[in-house]
Amino acid sequence: MSIPATEFASRFPDLSRQMRVDQVGVEERVARFCKRSIKNQSKVQALSMALSMIDLTTLEGQDTPGKVRQLCQKALHLHDQLPGLPHVAAVCVYPTMVAVARQALAGHDIKVASVATAFPSGQSPLAAKLADIKMAVDSGADEIDMVISRSAFLQGNYARVFDEIGAVKEECGSAHLKVILETGELGTLDRVRRASVIAMHAGADFIKTSTGKIQPAATMPVTLVMLQAIRDFYYETDRLVGMKPAGGISKSKQAIQYLVMLREVLGERWLTPELFRFGASSLANDVLMQLQKQATGVYQSPDYFSKD
Amino acid sequence: MDKDPRVSARHAGNDTAGATQKATRQAKPEAGARLTVAKTYKIYIGGKFPRTESGRYYPLRDKSGEVIANICSGSRKDFREAVVAARGGFANWSSTNAYLRGQILYRIAEMLEGRGQQFVAELVIQGVSKQRAATEVTATVDRLVYYAGWADKYQQVFSAVNPVASSHFNFSVLEPMGVISILAPEDSGLLGLVSNIAPAITGANTCVVLASTSMPLCAISFAEVLESSDVPPGVVNILTGSQDELAGQFASHMDVNAVIHAGSDGERIKEVQLLAANNIKRTIVRTQTSWVGETGQGPYFIKDTQETKTTWHPVGA
Amino acid sequence: MVRELGKLDFKGTWQYAAAPESTDHVQLGDRYDLFIDGDFVAPAAGKYFDTISPSTEKVLASVALSSNVDVDRAVKAARGACRVWGRMKPAERGKYIYRIARIIQERAREFAVIESMDGGKPIRESRDVDLPLVAAHFFYYAGWADKLEYAFPGKRPAPLGVAGQIIPWNFPLLMAAWKIAPALACGNTVVLKPAETTPLTALKLAEVIRDADVPPGVVNIVTGAGETGAAIVEHSDVDKIAFTGSTDVGRQIQKALAGTAKKYTLELGGKAANIIFEDAAIDQAVEGIVDGIFFNQGHVCCAGSRLLVQESVADEVLGKLKDRMETLIVGDPLDKNTDIGAINSPRQLEKIESYLALGRTEGAEMYQSSVAVPDTGYWCRPTLFTGVSQSNRVVQEEIFGPVLAVQTFRTMAEGIDKANNTPYGLSGGVWTDKGAKIFHMTQKIRAGVIWANTFNKFDPTSPFGGYKESGVGREGGLHGLDAYLSLG
Repeated sequence: MSIPATEFASRFPDLSRQMRVDQVGVEERVARFCKRSIKNQSKVQALSMALSMIDLTTLEGQDTPGKVRQLCQKALHLHDQLPGLPHVAAVCVYPTMVAVARQALAGHDIKVASVATAFPSGQSPLAAKLADIKMAVDSGADEIDMVISRSAFLQGNYARVFDEIGAVKEECGSAHLKVILETGELGTLDRVRRASVIAMHAGADFIKTSTGKIQPAATMPVTLVMLQAIRDFYYETDRLVGMKPAGGISKSKQAIQYLVMLREVLGERWLTPELFRFGASSLANDVLMQLQKQATGVYQSPDYFSKD
Repeated sequence: MDKDPRVSARHAGNDTAGATQKATRQAKPEAGARLTVAKTYKIYIGGKFPRTESGRYYPLRDKSGEVIANICSGSRKDFREAVVAARGGFANWSSTNAYLRGQILYRIAEMLEGRGQQFVAELVIQGVSKQRAATEVTATVDRLVYYAGWADKYQQVFSAVNPVASSHFNFSVLEPMGVISILAPEDSGLLGLVSNIAPAITGANTCVVLASTSMPLCAISFAEVLESSDVPPGVVNILTGSQDELAGQFASHMDVNAVIHAGSDGERIKEVQLLAANNIKRTIVRTQTSWVGETGQGPYFIKDTQETKTTWHPVGA
Repeated sequence: MVRELGKLDFKGTWQYAAAPESTDHVQLGDRYDLFIDGDFVAPAAGKYFDTISPSTEKVLASVALSSNVDVDRAVKAARGACRVWGRMKPAERGKYIYRIARIIQERAREFAVIESMDGGKPIRESRDVDLPLVAAHFFYYAGWADKLEYAFPGKRPAPLGVAGQIIPWNFPLLMAAWKIAPALACGNTVVLKPAETTPLTALKLAEVIRDADVPPGVVNIVTGAGETGAAIVEHSDVDKIAFTGSTDVGRQIQKALAGTAKKYTLELGGKAANIIFEDAAIDQAVEGIVDGIFFNQGHVCCAGSRLLVQESVADEVLGKLKDRMETLIVGDPLDKNTDIGAINSPRQLEKIESYLALGRTEGAEMYQSSVAVPDTGYWCRPTLFTGVSQSNRVVQEEIFGPVLAVQTFRTMAEGIDKANNTPYGLSGGVWTDKGAKIFHMTQKIRAGVIWANTFNKFDPTSPFGGYKESGVGREGGLHGLDAYLSLG
């Protein structure tokens, strides 16, 4: 799915034509998505879809190869008691752990994603960020989750944000680029929209809300604005850009609400792990409990589901 | 309606051709005396003083039956023209700021005060006692001053910020209804007239007024005051003539937003209300017999001529 | 390379399963009598009519058909109750109204279901809009009962007496609340007639009023059609008429009241312009268009039924609107996912369809979403007419259905001109990110309610009512008290 940088003629977007966003209107629209009642078969379908879209994540200072191997094991065996489950889309780790994950997932269809570019703050020189990426890509990362320079963005230096993404995209080579906007630091939905547009024009394959290290992380209003930016970019360029809300989505009910929103904003073509991911660490088990409940009719306890 | 003996039921007016007009003249000419110049009472439309397009007039007579003046017998077409003028003046007048409207109202009072004696004389000649006439004129001046003061205050008294439960800022303000037709009180030729015009225009409406059929003199003189008081053309338009003939027009015209009927004739009220329904016109009926004091004024007289407009806007980023 | 808009695919493998609201807790009788003087009583002539569900076409209950005799009986009961209610300590009166609000909150779900069954509106709306607003109206006006003198500086407010109230079928219970709550707070008694196609929730409200121990005769509910309404209007012992409905009937009422001392308020039709400027938050504006015209099947007097979109963004807005329309679900009002329910009656459907035919005859281009609609019941897909101008009847006349006439404009002056070029003046919408423009537009649009960067919002504190042929007087808020008081 990743579009090679050489084939994508990136150009700096005309920000003067950027559409405005009204926060209250966005919140009202979100409230309406949340009122959809997803029952029975459509619920099972949604839960199963949600599982397949998870980027199972560990991004801690305390991460060790052992922890990462456990995570990969969980990715491969979500809950074997329930047959026919899809696997998650990817595991997401720091660059130093990419090799470990790559090895643990060898021969399987689960991607290895790595955060990079001085995650989470992005406060390093470009050369260091590119070195970070090179390390991850060389270690076998399929996907790179970069952070934009909020410092540059908040100074109004949009060209620098754009150029940096372009440089990163080039460094990624064939690896898939997800651009983290860290919307919790941008302040307004207008800025979320602007950052989305810059990222997509600069070559992002995915745009992603958050590092998970800043509150608020992913929210539905923020995600809606990003989905609408993706839709408009698609109208304009015919390119399909993916979306990844990350952080704060831990319950299946939330996941279903995000999927409802995805379906009603971007439609059927985006209902795939190729174009939509949940960045989450604990969502998978809640989805599993719900699936088990749908299968058995009995409410579940976390004690019966492996943590990792 | 023409119950008043002073008013001829006839409008052709041939019988009074050549009659001297008494309104601005004191007595029969004596040898050596200067002949006074009689005033021609015309109607007031769009800031101008045309004669009625119909060419008709009616003789206004004093108690002794002598003709005081020939009064324009305004026609449907005059009314139509007056509504066009009022509609034309509305955009400008309704966007004139409240402070300026207040100043203009005050200016009317100033000009009326200066011409007070003329109005007293006209009232007297129409049968009002000298003392009452003098009181009525000063009360009218004071009424105009009263409304001049309201121009930039009624909005504050009657508007509201409404505490809605959603994330919206919501406020209600008064806006003028638009063009108002006014059937002025029959028995109060100046104070009653002004007590209906003043709140309407203070509230940024424009109006077309039918003066008292039996006491029309002050209405036209008041138009002259308006004309010299910075009141923009079209804001007030004054016709004279027969209420019997014109009330239906005043009530039914589709480009008039509200009709004020000052009077207590039940049949007339019903006629006006019935025809007003043509375009869901607002009808305001004022039945007071006295326009003196608090019964003749108040901010609710302005509010009667106002719509409430409520605006919602999200509060967010 | 600008991609053609309106091309997203919403017909995928993941479709929402049916999610019907349970009707188990609904208590509905087979037959409803009139509520007069605190009791349910049979109509004098013994006649009844059926009320059907517009989504299933099945009979829900039969309802009493009131004659003049019944109306007279109701008015007498109301007049009798004036002695008790008008002279009660205002604070006590308020407490009864609070009690009504509380009982409604308790029974909200049941009432919402009945509203959707009888009227066809989606349960999402009756549950999340109508019922909460009903309770809020009673709660709001309850508190006014002992504070009326603060509402009218320099005046001594007093009740009018008996209020005759005639309400429409689009918001049956909400309109009953809009009418009854301020009337009671001001010390009046009430004879209310719900619309003939949606009488049930008003009759359920009668049960609430009885259960709240409101003194007999304070609220009386008579059911029937136009003749029953006319009998209320023409009754000599009614002091005030409050009517919500069509401009034609409003005009008849205004005529019928000519020469009487009855006060009246009329909430009539509309053909509101929803004006989208090029600097608007377009995605939210599209949502505002949807809320404006497809809310409650477009059976809304203040619906944004004329879209005025600035030419420079017209293609974008329409493309997005068409995409959005594809996601609107039309069907079972009791399904929690339904966005657009059933058209209220076969008569209304016929009227809407006649306008669809007329629009095409006039040369307008009609666009409808591809949504599937059920076989039984009365339905209309969300519809757009493009290529229309001011002279088209679908632009001028109130259709009262999910049908939007789309026009473009180039300058602000042209937008204002087109917006005001109508005999109506109930509401208007403005979408722009520029504050100064909003204030300019809200001053220039001649309508009683202006929604700026939002649409179809309601609140008990917010006055509602029209300019010109959209009605006389205001309901809601402090301003809504005026209609139910004499100001001595």
